[in-house]
Amino acid sequence: MAIDAPARARRRPAGWANALFVLPYLIVFVAMIVVPLAMGMWLSTTKSDLFGVEAQVGFANFTRLARDPIFLETVWNTFYFVLLTVPALTLIGLGLALVLNRPARWASVLRTIFFVSTVLSVTVVTLVWQLVFTPDGGLIAVAAEALGGSPVAFLNDQDLAMPAIAVTTIWWCIGLPMVLFLAALQQVPRDLYEAARLDNASRWKTLTRITLPSIRRTFLLVVIIEIILQFQLFGQPQLMTRGGPNNATRPIVLFIYETGWRQWELGYAAAAAQVLFAMILIAAMAQYFVASRKDDR
Amino acid sequence: MRHACALRSVDDPLHVNYSDKNTNREDRLATVELTNISKCFGRTAVIDGLSMSLNPNEFMVFLGPSGCGKSTLLRMIAGLETVDSGEIRIGGRRVDHLPPGERGVAMVFQHYALYPHMTIRDNMAFGLRNVGVARDEIAARVAAAARSLEIEHLLERRPGQLSGGQRQRAAIARAIVKQPQVFLFDEPLSNLDASLRVRTRVELAGLHQRLGTTMIFVTHDQVEAMTLADRIVVLNDCRIEQVGTPMDIYLRPATSFVAGFVGSPRINLLPVRIEAAAEGLARATLPDGTLVQTAVPTAALPQGDTTVGLRAEHVRIASEGAAARGTARVVERLGERTLVHVELKGGAMLVAEDAGLSTVRAGDEVGLSIDGARAHLFDAAGRGHHAAG
Ligand SMILES: Nc1ncnc2c1ncn2[C@@H]1O[C@H](COP(=O)(O)OP(=O)(O)OP(=O)(O)O)[C@@H](O)[C@H]1O
Ligand SMILES: [Mg+2]
Repeated sequence: MAIDAPARARRRPAGWANALFVLPYLIVFVAMIVVPLAMGMWLSTTKSDLFGVEAQVGFANFTRLARDPIFLETVWNTFYFVLLTVPALTLIGLGLALVLNRPARWASVLRTIFFVSTVLSVTVVTLVWQLVFTPDGGLIAVAAEALGGSPVAFLNDQDLAMPAIAVTTIWWCIGLPMVLFLAALQQVPRDLYEAARLDNASRWKTLTRITLPSIRRTFLLVVIIEIILQFQLFGQPQLMTRGGPNNATRPIVLFIYETGWRQWELGYAAAAAQVLFAMILIAAMAQYFVASRKDDR
Repeated sequence: MRHACALRSVDDPLHVNYSDKNTNREDRLATVELTNISKCFGRTAVIDGLSMSLNPNEFMVFLGPSGCGKSTLLRMIAGLETVDSGEIRIGGRRVDHLPPGERGVAMVFQHYALYPHMTIRDNMAFGLRNVGVARDEIAARVAAAARSLEIEHLLERRPGQLSGGQRQRAAIARAIVKQPQVFLFDEPLSNLDASLRVRTRVELAGLHQRLGTTMIFVTHDQVEAMTLADRIVVLNDCRIEQVGTPMDIYLRPATSFVAGFVGSPRINLLPVRIEAAAEGLARATLPDGTLVQTAVPTAALPQGDTTVGLRAEHVRIASEGAAARGTARVVERLGERTLVHVELKGGAMLVAEDAGLSTVRAGDEVGLSIDGARAHLFDAAGRGHHAAG
C-alpha cells in the first residue's frame, strides 16, 4: 500500500536506535556466555592439557565418556541427588511460605531465620553439618545414644552419604524457594480468599483451588531454578566426603574438576561439561513444556 | 491470609435450606438488624455504636464519602471483618459469630473477585459444591442464573477472557446461584464505563424486583443511591447522618452534610441572620442583605449561627421580580438546563439555574428569584430544619 512504504522507511533507523539500547547487554552476554560456551564446545573435541591443544579428536572424548564407569556413576549420583533435593526443596519451601505468609511478628522472625542459612558459605554449612553427622560426639550420634541406639557414620556409609549431603543442601538452600513462594503468595488478590470464605471453601479447598493455581508459575520457576542449581552440586561432597565412600557421592562437577585440574585432561573435562549442560537444558525444557501444556488446557 | 473454618455441619439449618429444592421464597425474605455495632482498627474507631434495621425485600444503599466506613460495615455483615461489639441478626438469627459462609449472604466485590483459573460455570458452581448441593440442582441453578443475566454463551470461558461488564454479570450470577437471604454489593459499578454503569444500574433494579431479596449496596455515587434505593443510609465519619427514602433525604436532609452530599449541583449553603416573621416562620437575611422568607417554623430553631440551604433549582435567573442581584461568573451549559455561578454583593457565591437556552454570559449582571418556601435552615450543630409537613 502507498502508506506502507514511508512508514517502513521511517521505522528502519528507529530499529537500529533500539538495538543500541540492548548493545551493552549484548556485549556482556556474548563475552561472558556465548564465547565461553563455544570455547568449551570446541575444547571438548580436542585432546588438551594446560600447555595447549595437542590434537583434534572429534567425538572421541564423548565415546570415551560413555564407556567410563566412573563418569556414568557420577551421572547417576547427580540425578539421584537432584531427585532427593529438588522435590523436597520445592515442597518444603512452599510449605514454609504457606505457614509463614502472615503479618504476625513470629512469622517474620521465622522467615528471617529460615532465610539466614542461604547467606552462609558452603564451607560454613558443610562444617556445621559435619558436626551434626559425625559419629563421635555429633548431634545425631549423641541423640541416638541417649535413646539407646548406636551412632551411625553417615558420611562414611555408601547408602547414607548422599542423603546426608541432600539434607545439608536442603537446609542450606531452602531460603530461596521460600522467598520466591512468599512473593507469589502476596500477589494473590485478597478478595479471592474472601470470596472463597463466602463460598464455604474449606482450608484444603482454598489451598488447592485458589492458592496453588494462582502461584503455578512460581512453582514452575522454582523447580527449574532448583534443577539448574542442584545439577551443579560440587562444594558439599568436595568438602564433606571428597566424593567417597567408593565414589557414592561423586557428582559430575566434581568429576569435571578432578579430570580437568588434577589430571590435566582439559578436553575430556570439557566434554563432560557439555554433557552436564545438555542434561540441565533438557531437564529444564522438559519441565517447562510439560507445565505450559497444562496451562493451555 | 486468614481462613475461616468454613466446614459446615450437616445439621446446619442453612445447609438444609440450600439443598431443599422447593426453597420457598418467604424463607429468603430476611430482615437484617444491626444493634450497637462498633469496630476499631487499632485505636481508630471506624464504626461507633451504629444501629439500623432493614426490612425484608428492601434495597438499602450505604452512601457516603470515601473512607467513611461503608465497606467496613458491609464486610462486617458479610463476616469478612470481625465485630468488636454489638449484634448482627439476619432473618432473626444472630450471625456475628458465624463464619461468612454460614450467614446466608452473597457478596459482589468491587473488583469482582472471580476465581481467575476457573471457568465462569465453575466460578458459579464452586460455592454450591462446597456445601454439597446435588449436581443436577447446581446445573439447573447455574443455567437459570446465566439465562437471567444473559451470560449463557460465556459459561465455558475464564474471567480473563471477559470484558469488564461481562465479568460484572458473572460476579452477580455467582451471587444469585447461592440463593442467599441477603445480597451485598460493594461498589460493583465503579469499574464500568458511564453508559454501562447506567444500564447495569437499571438491570440491578430489575433483578431486585424479580428476586425480591434483601439487598445492601455500597456506593459513593449519589445518583446510584437515589435511583436504586428503597432507603438510603448516609454515612459520614463513622456515624449515620440520616436514614430515609431517597426523596426524604433530598427534600428533608437531616444535616448540612447530607444536604451538601446529596444533590447535584451541590446545594448552596450561606450563613444567614434569622428573624421571626409572620405566622412564626423564620425570615433569613443573606450576606448581601437579600431577604428570604422561609417556611421553617421559628419555634424549633435554636439561637446561634444559622445556615440556609438553597438548591440551584430554587434559585432561578429572573429578569423581573428579582429578589437579589449579582454578577454571573461562570456559566455551565448542561443542555437541558444551565447553571450560573453568581457572585452576590459582598462576594458570596450562589449557583442558580436557568433554562437550557439561557442567554446569560459570564460577566453579565443578573437578577435572581429565590423560592424561599423550599429553603432549608441548618443550626449551629448542622441539624436541618424544614418547612412543616
Ligand atoms: N484493615 C484496616 N486496617 C486499618 N484501617 C482500616 C482497615 N480497613 C479500613 N480501614 C480504615 O477504615 C476507614 C473506613 O474504611 P472503608 O474501607 O470502610 O471506607 P469506605 O467508606 O468503603 O471508603 P471507599 O469509598 O473509599 O471504599 C478508613 O479510614 C480506612 O483507612
Ligand atoms: Mg469501600
